[in-house]
Amino acid sequence: MSNCSCYSAFLSFAGVSCNSVEKKIYVHLNYTVSCVRLLNATHQIGCQSSLSGNVGVLHVLESEENLDWVLHSGPNPPYMVILESPLFTRSVMMKLKNGSGRVAGVAVVAPNTNPAEGFSPHTTCPNENTGVYSETYEPTMANCNMTVWNPLGNGLSYEEFDFPIFSLKDDNDTQVIRQCYLDHNRAGNGSTPQYPLCAMQLYSHMSAVTDTATCMRRNAINFSLNPEMVCDPLGDQNVWASTRPLNNTAKGHKMWESVVIAAARLDSRSFFFDIAPGAQSGVSGFVTLLAAAHALRNATQEAQPNRTILYTFFQGETFDYIGSSRMVYDMENKQFVVDLDNVHSVLEIGQVGLRADSKLWLHTDPVSRRNESVNKEVEDLIGNLRSAATGLNVTVDVPGFSQPLPPSSFQRFLRARPIPGVVLEDHQSAYTNKFYESMYDNAENLNVSYPPNLTPEEQLEYITDTARVATMVARALYRQAGGEESQLSSIKADPQIVTKMLYSFLVRSNNSWFQQLGNVISFLTGFVCVVHHDFCCLQLVLNRNCTIRIFACSTHFPPPCDSSHLVPQMYNYMWVQGAAPPNSTEREGYCVRSTARLSKALSPAFDLEQYTSKNFSTWTESRWKFIKGRIFLVASHELEMLTLGVGVGVLLSSLLVTYIISSKADILFSSGREPTNATY
Amino acid sequence: MTASVFFGCTFIAFGPAIALFLFTIAREPLRVIFLIAGAFFWLVSLLLSSLVWFISVQISNKESAVQQKGLLIFGVVLSVLLQETFRFAYYKLLKKANEGLLALSQEETMPISIRQLAYVSGLGFGFMSGAFSVVNILADSVGPGTVGIHGDSQHYFLSSAFMTMAIILLHMFWGVVFFDACEKQRWWAVAAVIISHLVVSCLTFQNPEYVTSLVPTYVILFLMGIWAFYTAGGSFRNLKLCLTCKDKDFLLANHRPR
Repeated sequence: MSNCSCYSAFLSFAGVSCNSVEKKIYVHLNYTVSCVRLLNATHQIGCQSSLSGNVGVLHVLESEENLDWVLHSGPNPPYMVILESPLFTRSVMMKLKNGSGRVAGVAVVAPNTNPAEGFSPHTTCPNENTGVYSETYEPTMANCNMTVWNPLGNGLSYEEFDFPIFSLKDDNDTQVIRQCYLDHNRAGNGSTPQYPLCAMQLYSHMSAVTDTATCMRRNAINFSLNPEMVCDPLGDQNVWASTRPLNNTAKGHKMWESVVIAAARLDSRSFFFDIAPGAQSGVSGFVTLLAAAHALRNATQEAQPNRTILYTFFQGETFDYIGSSRMVYDMENKQFVVDLDNVHSVLEIGQVGLRADSKLWLHTDPVSRRNESVNKEVEDLIGNLRSAATGLNVTVDVPGFSQPLPPSSFQRFLRARPIPGVVLEDHQSAYTNKFYESMYDNAENLNVSYPPNLTPEEQLEYITDTARVATMVARALYRQAGGEESQLSSIKADPQIVTKMLYSFLVRSNNSWFQQLGNVISFLTGFVCVVHHDFCCLQLVLNRNCTIRIFACSTHFPPPCDSSHLVPQMYNYMWVQGAAPPNSTEREGYCVRSTARLSKALSPAFDLEQYTSKNFSTWTESRWKFIKGRIFLVASHELEMLTLGVGVGVLLSSLLVTYIISSKADILFSSGREPTNATY
Repeated sequence: MTASVFFGCTFIAFGPAIALFLFTIAREPLRVIFLIAGAFFWLVSLLLSSLVWFISVQISNKESAVQQKGLLIFGVVLSVLLQETFRFAYYKLLKKANEGLLALSQEETMPISIRQLAYVSGLGFGFMSGAFSVVNILADSVGPGTVGIHGDSQHYFLSSAFMTMAIILLHMFWGVVFFDACEKQRWWAVAAVIISHLVVSCLTFQNPEYVTSLVPTYVILFLMGIWAFYTAGGSFRNLKLCLTCKDKDFLLANHRPR
């Protein structure tokens, strides 16, 4: 038989795969990125498919009016709708959401360039319930009553859909899908398309439902040997470092220690899972702070300022301030190296990438400034920032009218006690970021572009930013920490470092610079993880900026960097892979001593088991088995029934004929009977 | 395509075989044993031929399509020849086994005649051959899709099922004719069986022109069926008698003492 060269089916262990029948039927999608289900104390958001995948006939939506075919007039529901990105709007998605069973799923084709008008699937008022403004703390400023921070937000990320929504790249695979639609599903003038029709099946079944309390309860069920978890709390690690070593084993209040916190945010999100470039919303802030820390490395060693600067990078801020709420909680409960009494002031770097006219804005909290002493400290900090900005071609200003703080980690500190602080942003009122928390907030949004013919190595070195903001932040921090004026001019951020970091975090993380630092985890997405993995890249980058190389270890494998004069409670010791010297391929690794450490960034609600808490973040992410999709042709229902009918007919008739023949077998086969010894 | 296509194709492919098994073989344990042994012999022949084919594919030039097609034809021919060889080997084994069984058993008569053995072993070959032809296709027919996205014909599942039904029945007829020819030393009949098996297998190279492969196969099936009917002791007269329900008189009239 030559239907399938299936002799090898018998010998499939040898690796000759004989699934050519499946290859004739299905075309698998290579790039499958879907939106996933997230749960909090009260809601579930995101998308869900059925357990055996959602199957629908393909339809490429041409316009919003064409929705009528999908929702009402199309003869072959349910439909799998392919949307080009201009049609991925709230009104189209809401109509599809109410499609009542005629919509099997949606696939959005992501364009190669950002759309001209903005798009933000986040809410208009990010983190409105877990900030500092509430009914008890200045209700006129709560819920964005005064300033709508994200006016372009359409809230799609926070809607619940009962069909899968996938994202496709605009490449050859998507062209195959469009071609399949044009060949088979396109209706002629007024006529209905004929079977077989092109269809798609998407799998993204999510295990968790309802809300966090339900899924945590289901996690705790322990009936079987392999208990199945249905969801995981969102959370990862914060990274922090200090200019003076702090004794990490002695938690709680430290006498005589006054700390200036320099904070930034690490994470971001988008509508789809694991796509979170966050260039303007996250990367611009923490790269600036890292560059400032690098600029301060010498000044804080040689001429130490009075106060310690604590650099903190918070993870999970997008989801109701997971990292900062955890740190504040730890500080309040004496679980952190310092506590809130040690905190002198806070400077937070927000979105600073898109500086129109090179202007930066200093946001403060008007409510805490009603207190005279707090107001004085805030004015000092603003003064330091202004004077640091002189001569740097960067202008800083205050908004000029009473405005609440934008959503920022500093709000969680204010919830605990009135600490003086400033949030540095590039927008006076509403965000200038047109793509806040969306998949378009990428290098293109920040105008980080490279001339066309550069190799990746050349792109790594190409200066894309002049690091003036980082210099200003560094100088202001030094002044705020009580450093001397004379040192200020020597504090300069290195544009090379800034450009390398921007390239690594926005374009491609698998480059030679990152590889020197150690095991490179792909950091191109800023989505806060649920697996507690070592937040290696950022921590190591922080090392490089704040550490001293002390001794070389064996180069073959990371040794435990042990030696008698190590002080693990004051410092953190790590192995760095290093670069290969020009004449060999073996990397020369070395140990570094730094004050950079990780601290857990899990919402206190999970430690306290208050899964319906209103004070802390209760976000969890559902688990799933697999996410995949495939396209194929479907035959009409009538043909299938016909096949079944023919099969049943063949079976019944053969049963009948066989019965008749076997009952008459003596007669039919009587002649030529063997003469003796024959039995039946 | 879905469960309905799966069941439809399963019934088409295995319907006659299941009916034959239920009504003629299932009640007699000895027949069941010989059926399974026959299936096993076919399986061994497939193992050998696939071993040869696999080795030849590995040492061949994988890029050249002409060579691969040639290898496929070679593989099919080799497999057919090996199947018939194993059918002959099974025949020899059964002859020896029958003598042994006779010696062991208390009765004077043979528990199973060589004609029944021919039918049972042919059906065993057919079952196993049908299973290997169609089970992987049936497994893929359960999913929601049908063949065609790359331009192949839509009727893949149906024609595979019909082809499998033909092959199973053909194996049964070939078994009957082959064993009878070996008994009576009629080697031209053996050659005819081998040649018709080769023809049917090579007809499948016509796929996806399913009409040109299925219609001649069914013609050959019909002709082999008639040949097997006559070989097994049927005659046109018996058939007429059966159909006109005069069989009772026939029995009485032809009663012979044993």
